[in-house]
Amino acid sequence: MSEFINFYLFPALTIGSIYALGAVGISMIFGILRFAHFAHGDLMTLGTYGILAAAALMPVNPLLLVPFGMALTVFAALFVDRYFYRPLRDLPTIYTVISSFGIALVFRSLIQLVWGSENQVLVAGVRPPLILFDTFRVSVLHLQAIVTTAVIAVLLHFFLTATRTGRSMRAVADDPELAEVSGLDTAKVVRWTWIIGAALAAVAGAFAALNTSAHPNLGWNLLLPMFAAAILGGIGKPMGAMAGGFIIGMAEELSSYHWIGDEALISPSYKTAVAFVIMISLLIFRPQGLFKGRLL
Amino acid sequence: MELTGLFFYVVSLLIMGGIYALLCLALNVQWGMGGLFNAGIAGFYGVGAYTSAILSTAASGRHLGGFSMPVPIGLVGAALVAGITGWAVARICVRLKSDYLAMASIGIAEILRLVFVNESWLTNGSLGVSRIPRPLSDFTTGRMSDVVFLGFVWVIVLLVYVATSRLYDSPWGRSLRAIRDNEASALAAGKNVEKYRIQTFVIGCAVMGVAGGLSAHYFRFLSPTATDPLLTTFLVWVMLMAGGSGNNRGAILGALTIWTLWSVTEIFTNRLPPEWATRSSFIRMLLVGLLLQFVLQRFRSGLLPEKSPPVRFRKD
Repeated sequence: MSEFINFYLFPALTIGSIYALGAVGISMIFGILRFAHFAHGDLMTLGTYGILAAAALMPVNPLLLVPFGMALTVFAALFVDRYFYRPLRDLPTIYTVISSFGIALVFRSLIQLVWGSENQVLVAGVRPPLILFDTFRVSVLHLQAIVTTAVIAVLLHFFLTATRTGRSMRAVADDPELAEVSGLDTAKVVRWTWIIGAALAAVAGAFAALNTSAHPNLGWNLLLPMFAAAILGGIGKPMGAMAGGFIIGMAEELSSYHWIGDEALISPSYKTAVAFVIMISLLIFRPQGLFKGRLL
Repeated sequence: MELTGLFFYVVSLLIMGGIYALLCLALNVQWGMGGLFNAGIAGFYGVGAYTSAILSTAASGRHLGGFSMPVPIGLVGAALVAGITGWAVARICVRLKSDYLAMASIGIAEILRLVFVNESWLTNGSLGVSRIPRPLSDFTTGRMSDVVFLGFVWVIVLLVYVATSRLYDSPWGRSLRAIRDNEASALAAGKNVEKYRIQTFVIGCAVMGVAGGLSAHYFRFLSPTATDPLLTTFLVWVMLMAGGSGNNRGAILGALTIWTLWSVTEIFTNRLPPEWATRSSFIRMLLVGLLLQFVLQRFRSGLLPEKSPPVRFRKD
């Protein structure tokens, strides 16, 4: 039992938090701007490298440097939206999707150009795990990721339900025409969508890099599970995307637990395929997700 | 020496250009004619490459094989297996709308890639399949076999071009464009939208499989890195957008233009100081990404825009 919790449950929750933080942005962009943002993973990587650059100058705990990563991703997101996505907004959304493919590549090659393509670590060395009640051994990082995500979820819920901007965002996601005729400032909503999505992408990127290491394909490799999480939670439902992220992360990690007999249920090398299979079956059988998201 | 070097450079450029032209023609059937957003080109390309490689290599203990079939049969096999894979994918995914189809097809391409990496009884894992034969290898030796292979590739490109152009002008192609431009009215006119879409997807995937097979025979070696989505899926999309989606000649022209730009810039970037030369491929990627943005914003119909065939009436 304690083996299950130590080696499967906490890592699964950590992966789940990373997916959850990334999926919130994807879900909001999909819901409000109506397109699948294929550059979101690479936006995450950009945040990671922003933190890495700051860490090279200031030798403190990298989690304190997350704001630098956020600043970089928010700037990058607003810039590409203004110069690359907005000119295509009146066309069928598929053109914006193609454009975001290109932007993903632009982000990645910029990262490789500036920082090279080697693996880099944010924190060197091994940190001893915390031991709780003599049986549970939890890595500090896993705890940090899970707690941070929980705090962000509460703040996001407060933002979306209690502030004016948050409520207009939900209104635009639910029914853009109605929101527009009610006189909501759509440009402002779009701006806040990018700011929140990009800031959370930077946090996700920080935890993803701390969990393994920073490399230019970091975010791209996480993109499809994050899409799966966003669809599972229902497009345009940020809290649903959070839940979806945790479910996808758990499904992926726990699929290689030896549930039946001594063999892993699914070979760990096919772990990532679990998320893809969930995504494809969702798209076919329940594209509105668990929480009745919108259907494009 | 300078001249023969240049000659063989152009030969290799045109071989890869031809393989990309096939991929572009295939994507043009799916996207240009059918409006289907396939973002999993690399997957079907990989299926074709592995099928043809396994069918044509001699026995080896490291992967499935030992069939030693002639190359053309390997390519037919590649088309069949890639087509069947495409059919299975189309059966389940083709009803999805554009963005969703893009996600689903990337997901499938990634699953296929995991299979290529992990199922080493089939593909020898990341070590790859080696000693893949080339067509007509009994008659040529050394570098001349490149020239023969060039002819082989372009004969196939020509065949596929003629076939897809006939398809484009045919009633089948007209219905397909009607579905692409206005699904509801095509449905109202009694067209079986789903059937047409599945057929389009399968034809495109089969041609992608042939392109994959050709690349395996050209390099004589195949490993899962060949299914890297950047160099196949993404570059092919840029080629088709730049060349003109919906126009078969545009697809070929786009493939040749972008591939030439891609290769020729390599000559210049290799002369940069060493610390920059290693990063030159990233500069090229960056430029291709920006080129796509330019094409999308200012140049959407491409070099050769789509031109619908004139309507001819039978003379009584």
